[in-house]
Amino acid sequence: MASSSSSHPSAPCAACKFLRRKCIQGCVFAPYFPPEDPTKFVNVHKIFGASNVSKLLNEIAPHQREDAVSSLAYEAEARLKDPVYGCVGAISVLQRQVLRLQKELDATNADLIRFSSSQSISTTPPSSQPNSHVSPSSNYGSTYSSWS
Amino acid sequence: MASSSNSPCAACKFLRRKCQPECVFAPYFPPDQPQKFANVHKVFGASNVTKLLNELHPHQREDAVNSLAYEADMRLRDPVYGCVGVISLLQHQLRQLQMDLTYAKSELSKYQNHNLSGTAAQELIAAAAAAAAATHHQTLGNNLISCCGGGVTRDHLYHHHPPFFTTRDQQTSVVRAFDVNNSYDTSAGVLAMNISTGGIGQHPQFQQTRGAGTDDGPTTIDP
Repeated sequence: MASSSSSHPSAPCAACKFLRRKCIQGCVFAPYFPPEDPTKFVNVHKIFGASNVSKLLNEIAPHQREDAVSSLAYEAEARLKDPVYGCVGAISVLQRQVLRLQKELDATNADLIRFSSSQSISTTPPSSQPNSHVSPSSNYGSTYSSWS
Repeated sequence: MASSSNSPCAACKFLRRKCQPECVFAPYFPPDQPQKFANVHKVFGASNVTKLLNELHPHQREDAVNSLAYEADMRLRDPVYGCVGVISLLQHQLRQLQMDLTYAKSELSKYQNHNLSGTAAQELIAAAAAAAAATHHQTLGNNLISCCGGGVTRDHLYHHHPPFFTTRDQQTSVVRAFDVNNSYDTSAGVLAMNISTGGIGQHPQFQQTRGAGTDDGPTTIDP
């Protein structure tokens, strides 16, 4: 039987190859699961399932599908490497780091203000006190609050 | 024959089947949280979740379900990036913080290393205020798209970002919280997971190539 396109016989995409089905002209997976990268679809299929991915892609604008597939592939790979936490583990690690750096930055800025204030008092009359310094914790701390 | 006097779990209720005593979903999808299973089912599918849970030790399953629920929730909120968008945002914030900290520390070292007076003191007062102001990232969300080229490692993430994080409320809302020891809760603003970084560090994906607080660059998460 001839391939789906007699003028451009092309290899089936990785998805159709894996699913053992004919890769038709408008296959939703074909642009994003090239045959030379079979692992990508295998991983995504294992975690999300082909029909879920298909539904998701169909609900997304075409220009966003590549990013969506890439993020799904990323999450699938993360989940296979860490079946308990997947990429959520990375989020947790990053959040802790952000909080830690935020605290360190707060402390350093507090020191800066202290030094600058003591220097200004001991040298010249305060003409431009940094009374409007911004607490960095207001930038990140409110986003990631109540660490338990 | 009723399995017990308990009502069916959220999964069996959703799937319209009898909730057996040994139902694998029952401990983790209580009937009072129907949305949790609905989300997980929509993104991952019941059979995939079953397979995943069956491959884990029982003591790991609650954490696994909660992380799946979190991922599903994020994916439904952001169908393009899911929780990878959160990772990207956090990496960007981390990079900003590292830069700000480096700058602040360099300013501080000027005070600590030099004996200041007069004009030099005034200049450093201004520098201190500038250092503090430089950490004022009220427009982080609005600038996220334009910053992404520098703040996101394209190899791992994406240089496109949807206008998803445009307000602080939206930034907060994308990082939903859950406590692995209790029930799924989307009301808090932070992810609270009692995981050891040592355990996470076993996996290459979570090898932090640069320590926090150094000025070598951003922390990347490789899958």
